[in-house]
Amino acid sequence: MMQFIHKYGSPKHFYEWSGRWAKILTWATLVLMAAGLYQGLIVSPPDYQQSETVRIMYIHVPSAWLSMFTYMVMATSGIVALVWRIKVAEIVVGQCAIIGASFTVLALVTGMLWGKPMWGAYWVWDARLTSELVLLFLYVGVIAIYSAYEDPRTGAKAASILAIVGVVNIPIIHYSVEWWNTLHQGPTVTKFDSPSAPASMLIPLFIMFFAFKTYFFAILFARSRNELLMRERESSWVQQITKELK
Amino acid sequence: MKQFLLMDGYAFFVWGSYAMVAAVLLLNVIAIKIQRRNILKQLRELSEED
Repeated sequence: MMQFIHKYGSPKHFYEWSGRWAKILTWATLVLMAAGLYQGLIVSPPDYQQSETVRIMYIHVPSAWLSMFTYMVMATSGIVALVWRIKVAEIVVGQCAIIGASFTVLALVTGMLWGKPMWGAYWVWDARLTSELVLLFLYVGVIAIYSAYEDPRTGAKAASILAIVGVVNIPIIHYSVEWWNTLHQGPTVTKFDSPSAPASMLIPLFIMFFAFKTYFFAILFARSRNELLMRERESSWVQQITKELK
Repeated sequence: MKQFLLMDGYAFFVWGSYAMVAAVLLLNVIAIKIQRRNILKQLRELSEED
């Protein structure tokens, strides 16, 4: 485990392997997005209750899932950053916060655009919506702390602590539809024994989910590489890269 | 085709959602491109000072 972290977490090594993966993941995202949009917008049928608005699900649900997944990646990275002081992990915390905030905004906005025609209101202070909004505030907090210090390493450490404490919100979001009476519908997909959506809807949903996931890692790697170059500008491997670019 | 665009009267909500997602996902990509250009420029300037 330690060897793994040190090997793949060394700045130079990370820069190299993440560059290769960023390319592969970008292509995977493009292919999956195209397939997912085709399945979701053209092949899948309208819902018998929700008509065409059900198509919002194919982007709303992946956004919401990724908003939570990104948070877990950020918090895990925060632990690695605090315990082993790995520089790459510190950078990942800051980059996850920005990508996670984007996903959270998308989950909220697409949810509002789905809520208006189906519930009659853009927003209700219901447990699921409120806890997702808290998630957005957590991301904004992490971003603010991360960039508030003169020394980026101090900022990253402080931001990691908030990220780790905020994990408590994730199960609240997940179980909010079961613990409280909410307007938001309960889980339709994660009941694997009896999913309450037909295959024609689950297929585009899962394709879009993987598209969002590959997108997340592609963006995470690309952003982290940029930040890493800047932070390591004094080191010989970055100067070597600069020389090659000339 | 027209029916596809109308989305059974929910065009604003369905296409609005897709447009928002496309805009935010693309903004993230553009931000990286700009960031990368600026960083490489700074690195070049740094190495010329030496």
